[in-house]
Amino acid sequence: MSLLRRLTLTLAIALLAAGPAAAQSVLRIGLNDDPDALDPTISRAYTGRLVFAAVCDKLFDVTPDLKIVPQLATGYEWASDQKSVTIKLRPGVKFHDGEPFNAEAVKFNIERHINTAGSFRKPEIGQISSVDVINDTTVRFNLSEPLVPLLAALTDRSGMMVSPKAAKALGDKFGTRPVCAGPYRFVERVAQGKIVFERFPDYWDKANIHIDRVEFVPILDSTARLASLRSGDLHMIERASPTDLPEIRGDSRLKVSGVPELGYQMIPLNVANGPRAKTLSDVRVRQAIDLAIDREVLIQTVFNNEYIPGNQWISPTSMYYNAKLPVRKRDVAKARQLLKEAGQPSLTFTLIVPPERDRQEAAQIIQAMLAEAGITMNIQTQENVTMLTNGRKGDFEAYFTFWSGRPDPDGNVFTHNTCKGAQNDSRYCNAEVDALLTKARQTPEPADRKKLYDQATEHLLRDLPRLHLWHRRVFTGYNAKVTGFTPYPDGIIRLRGLKLN
Amino acid sequence: MQLAVFVARRLAVLVPTLFFVSVLIFSLQKLLPGDAAIALAGEESDPAVVAGIRAKYHLDQPVVVQYGLWMSRVLRGDLGDSLRNKIPVTELLASKLPVTVELAVCSMLVALVIGIPTGVLSAVRRGTPIDVAANAVALSGLSVPHFWLGIMLILLFAVKLGWLPASGYVPPWEDLGRNLTTILMPSFVLGTGVAGVMMRHTRGAMLQVLSADYVRTARAKSVPERLVVLKHALRNALIPVITLGAIEFGRLLSGAVLTEQIFAIPGFGKMLVDGVFNRDYAVVQGVVLVSAGLYVVLNLLADVLYFLANPRLRGA
Repeated sequence: MSLLRRLTLTLAIALLAAGPAAAQSVLRIGLNDDPDALDPTISRAYTGRLVFAAVCDKLFDVTPDLKIVPQLATGYEWASDQKSVTIKLRPGVKFHDGEPFNAEAVKFNIERHINTAGSFRKPEIGQISSVDVINDTTVRFNLSEPLVPLLAALTDRSGMMVSPKAAKALGDKFGTRPVCAGPYRFVERVAQGKIVFERFPDYWDKANIHIDRVEFVPILDSTARLASLRSGDLHMIERASPTDLPEIRGDSRLKVSGVPELGYQMIPLNVANGPRAKTLSDVRVRQAIDLAIDREVLIQTVFNNEYIPGNQWISPTSMYYNAKLPVRKRDVAKARQLLKEAGQPSLTFTLIVPPERDRQEAAQIIQAMLAEAGITMNIQTQENVTMLTNGRKGDFEAYFTFWSGRPDPDGNVFTHNTCKGAQNDSRYCNAEVDALLTKARQTPEPADRKKLYDQATEHLLRDLPRLHLWHRRVFTGYNAKVTGFTPYPDGIIRLRGLKLN
Repeated sequence: MQLAVFVARRLAVLVPTLFFVSVLIFSLQKLLPGDAAIALAGEESDPAVVAGIRAKYHLDQPVVVQYGLWMSRVLRGDLGDSLRNKIPVTELLASKLPVTVELAVCSMLVALVIGIPTGVLSAVRRGTPIDVAANAVALSGLSVPHFWLGIMLILLFAVKLGWLPASGYVPPWEDLGRNLTTILMPSFVLGTGVAGVMMRHTRGAMLQVLSADYVRTARAKSVPERLVVLKHALRNALIPVITLGAIEFGRLLSGAVLTEQIFAIPGFGKMLVDGVFNRDYAVVQGVVLVSAGLYVVLNLLADVLYFLANPRLRGA
């Protein structure tokens, strides 16, 4: 008994000792999952990008309306043939280990991104054939082909600059102790537990950094994550679920922001990928499926109108959206007629859906809508990686996936719809679309690019290799004590200007 | 001396058991549909990148070769690096082990403190309202889903009352007070589940022992009832409870998936689930191998405990 009493006493004392935190300000951000390696060259998880915002600055950043602005760079200039771009660098910038950031460091980083085995950046910037160091604060990237979207890649992980000295010393373990030039420097990481950063005293823009420490805490369960926000254990949560919104809005200590995402939710249809393409290879069949879906009702019933119905590879809020081709009204009669013309009046196909609430519920609504047009859609649940593997192999008729989106329109459409595109699981191939999308890559002027994309969209909406259904909003829930927060469509939380009162 | 032979014999069985486990986890994992290289490549699924990953992690080799490569490193104490975050698996395991052990020990404490006394009480007061109440508590501990109880506790103690933190584990050597506050709710959730099982078994064993001849003899010799129950009966009734305790403790050590997720505790369970979803073979293999090892060792310890507790086994 005395042991128990002693234990109770210890516990009581411990509870009392767990008093107020230290005077340092600590911002705790809840993540939806645990990021992979914190090395910009081999990172791929979305959540990693949220963490990089603390530790690694990039050559460029985007504004909330997706304009490209300098960060570690100060400016750029395209050559007249778009085959090289000259970039001016910010002078006096230091990495966390005290090493200088300069043209040599940029050359090292670009070459590291391209030459490291297993680099995920190579597909983004592999067209950089060489880097010339012009002087300490000027570099020139020479390209193997004109590629305007390159600059947008430099606003993300491809543009992140790590300390060459640390990268050489740590080798492929760099991701366990990242050393960059961002506002915060790495302290520790407890896998599946937390990632801790402290303010970097020599940061080039330190006047705009107000919080001493930042901790990223992965919590997979959305209810538990929301509870942690409400209890004050977390100050911010990324990608809050639409089902969390009533609770957040009902709590006066909390705030929520929502901006349209860059990407889209979609169903690729098997047009020509292996023997299973047979069912949906006729364009009229694909059009019929498209016409039988009522996107407005879908968004209303499943997402309480918090998301945005869509029909293109970019959200209606973007300048690259083709406004002449808005979301069409549902037309069941027309759908039936198209099926009859195609000789498949009682079409049956299978949609693969991962075990995830949003897409499962949407699939059921779509199933009911298609039934009204005489289409039987079977739902087959497959775990995500299995589904994507089958997508690659062509072992599908239709599957339910999404694209997280890129700031440059090219990243949303090129590899998905060109004949040889890496993301083109449908194996859709249209020479005109290929030509238009390739031309757009070589055209720097946004107004000229828009014309090319508008034409490509016309083809894509007629041929329908994939059904674009909706665009989520990126919701960020945060404590009212957090001020100075600006939401971005990429969902990444910028720490510059953020205050904790 | 007999004990030494006994232990040696059991240890000899351990080697083939672990070998079998290693083959099993390795092959089961390969049976998972879904390509690890595609899982690793994620959205940037350029075929060249996928092929590069496959070559880098020997995923293009025959399964037997992959197993051989893995086993030869395991025997040298190297469980490989996590495919996902490049941290050595041994390092990951070492960082999770104290967390998981702490959670398991605290949960076991909760289970013992609740389970055994209620079990004894309901056996002694069989058929009375106390027995019924104890049974009801035990059954609800068993049947309430952990994730539900966890969320309810968080909503009450963290959100509503603000007494305890909702999530975020802090190691004891960093801040003992905060450590205990973070471990309290998850231990309770896990402990009540185990307590129900412990209570039922203690009750059953006690009922059996209380009707045994020697207990009747003790009573006939007018030994005080308190002594009869606690000294004569309970000690003998504990043998099946020890077995059960070892099994339950082993289960707790292999990670409490849902509870760890809800309270954001970085233990074995969370690591395992993340590993499976990301097709992080090295992590899954490491966790399962170590958990299986712990489990086997715990069973061995339980056997040794019987051996000490039950003189009859020594002759066998």
